[in-house]
Amino acid sequence: MAKLKLALYWAATCGGCEVAVLDLNEKILDVAAAADIYLWPVAMDYKYKDAEAWHDKFIDVCLFNGAIRNSEGEHLAKLLRAKSKVMVAFGSCACFGGIPGLANVADREGVFARVYGETPSTDNSDGTRPQTSFTVPEGELTLPYFYDTVKTLGQTVPVDYFLPGCPPVTKQIWAVVQAIVAGQLPPPGSFVGVAEKSVCEECPRVKEEKKVTAFVRPHQVIPQPEKCLLEQGLICCGPATRGGCGAQCVNANMPCRGCYGPTERVTDQGAKMLSAIASIIDATDEAGVKKVVDQIVDPLGTFYRFGLPNSLLTRVRV
Amino acid sequence: MSGKNSFEPRIIGFLCRWCSYQGADLAGTSRRHYPPNMVPVRVMCSGRVDPTFVLKAIADGADGVLICGCHPGDCHYQSGNFNAMRRYPLLMKALEQFGIEKERVRLEWISASESEKFALVVKEMTETVRRLGPLEWNRRLFQEGQRKT
Ligand code: FES
Repeated sequence: MAKLKLALYWAATCGGCEVAVLDLNEKILDVAAAADIYLWPVAMDYKYKDAEAWHDKFIDVCLFNGAIRNSEGEHLAKLLRAKSKVMVAFGSCACFGGIPGLANVADREGVFARVYGETPSTDNSDGTRPQTSFTVPEGELTLPYFYDTVKTLGQTVPVDYFLPGCPPVTKQIWAVVQAIVAGQLPPPGSFVGVAEKSVCEECPRVKEEKKVTAFVRPHQVIPQPEKCLLEQGLICCGPATRGGCGAQCVNANMPCRGCYGPTERVTDQGAKMLSAIASIIDATDEAGVKKVVDQIVDPLGTFYRFGLPNSLLTRVRV
Repeated sequence: MSGKNSFEPRIIGFLCRWCSYQGADLAGTSRRHYPPNMVPVRVMCSGRVDPTFVLKAIADGADGVLICGCHPGDCHYQSGNFNAMRRYPLLMKALEQFGIEKERVRLEWISASESEKFALVVKEMTETVRRLGPLEWNRRLFQEGQRKT
C-alpha cells in the first residue's frame, strides 16, 4: 500500500493539539511508517508556496487544528481543503471555536483596544496597532488581516470529520489514525473519536437527587471525590457535553468544562447547560432563584467556554 | 421600510396550552384589541420552553420573545412553570452578556381568565421593542467591519 500523505496545520490555537499528536509517543513511529508528512509548520520547515504547488487532492488526510480568526487562517483552510481528500477538524477550536472563540465577546476593535492599550502590562503610549502592510527600507512587511468574528473550520470550508477535545485524548487520536490507515472511516460529516452519550455517562461518581442552594467555584472548595460535582454546587458541564474523553477532569476532581462540545442531540451546548443548572436550583420563588443565580458570575464564559462561535448566537453584539 | 417609526417588531410568544393560550383565546373572543406583532406558538407548558427555543428565535430574526405560563402553583403539570422561573434569570444574565436588552425577553404568568393582562402585556412589549429597534441577529452574523473605527 502506498504511504498516506498527511498534512497538519494550526490556525488560531494554543499548540496543545500539536502536543497531543506528539503524545502518541513511540506510536508516532507507526504513523511515520504508514504516512509521509507533507506539511507540519509547528515541527518542520515548509513554505506555503510548496503547498500551493501541489495538485488538488494531493494530500490524503489533513488534520487541521485551530479556529479561523484572521485572513491567513482562512487562506490556509481553503487551500488545504482544496489540496486534501479528507479534511479533519482536529480539536475543539477547529470544531467549535474553542477558547480563541471566546474573543467573540468583542470585535476586532475591542480586542485591539484591550491588547494594545488597556492591559496593565502594556506600555504603548504611541498607540501602535498591527498593520496589514508596512514599508521599511528593505521592502514591504505584511501581516494577516484580523477579523471581527472568530469562526469554526466548518463555518469556513466543508469538513469531513470532527475530532473534538481540548486537546483530543491520545487514545482517541490513535484510534482515528488507525481507522484512517485501514480506510475504515464513518460517513463524512461524522464526529470521530467520541462517545455517543454525555460525560455524565462516563463519570463514575455517585449521583443522587440534585438540589443546590449555593454554587461554588473550583478554587473555593476541595470537592468530595465520590459525589457528583453538580450536587456539591460546582458547575460541571457533563450533562450537556459529549463523552469520549473518559471523564478525565471529573476523575481528577475537577468539573467538566465542556471541551468535547454538545452531544449529538443538543443544538446549543450553552443553552442546554443553562437549563440543566437552572433545574437543580432549590428555590420556588423569584427572589430565592435570583439569590442562587447571582452566584454564577459569568454564564456566557462558563457555558460557552469552548463553543461560542458554534452556538446559535455565534457572537456578542457590539 | 424606512426609519424607526415604520419598524414593526416581530415577537415570538411561547404560550402554555392550559392557561396562557386560553387567556389569549379569551382575548380574541372578547374582542380585545392588541397589536398583531406577536406570533403565538402553543406549547404544552412553560416548562417546555428550553432556552434553546429563545436563542433560536433570536438567531432566526425575532426582535423579542415572550414566554407565558400558568401562575406559580397552577401549572397543569405541577412544577413546569417553576422550571421556567428558575431558567429565566440565568438566561437573562447570559443574554445581557450577549448584548441583548433585557426588555426583549419577558416571562409572564397569565391565567385562562386574564385576557386583559394578556392584551396589556403584548401591547406593552410591542411598544418597548419598537422603541429598542430591530435586533436583526440573522443579518448581523459574520458581518465584517460593523463598527467603524
Ligand atoms: S401548563 Fe401552564 S405553565 Fe405548565
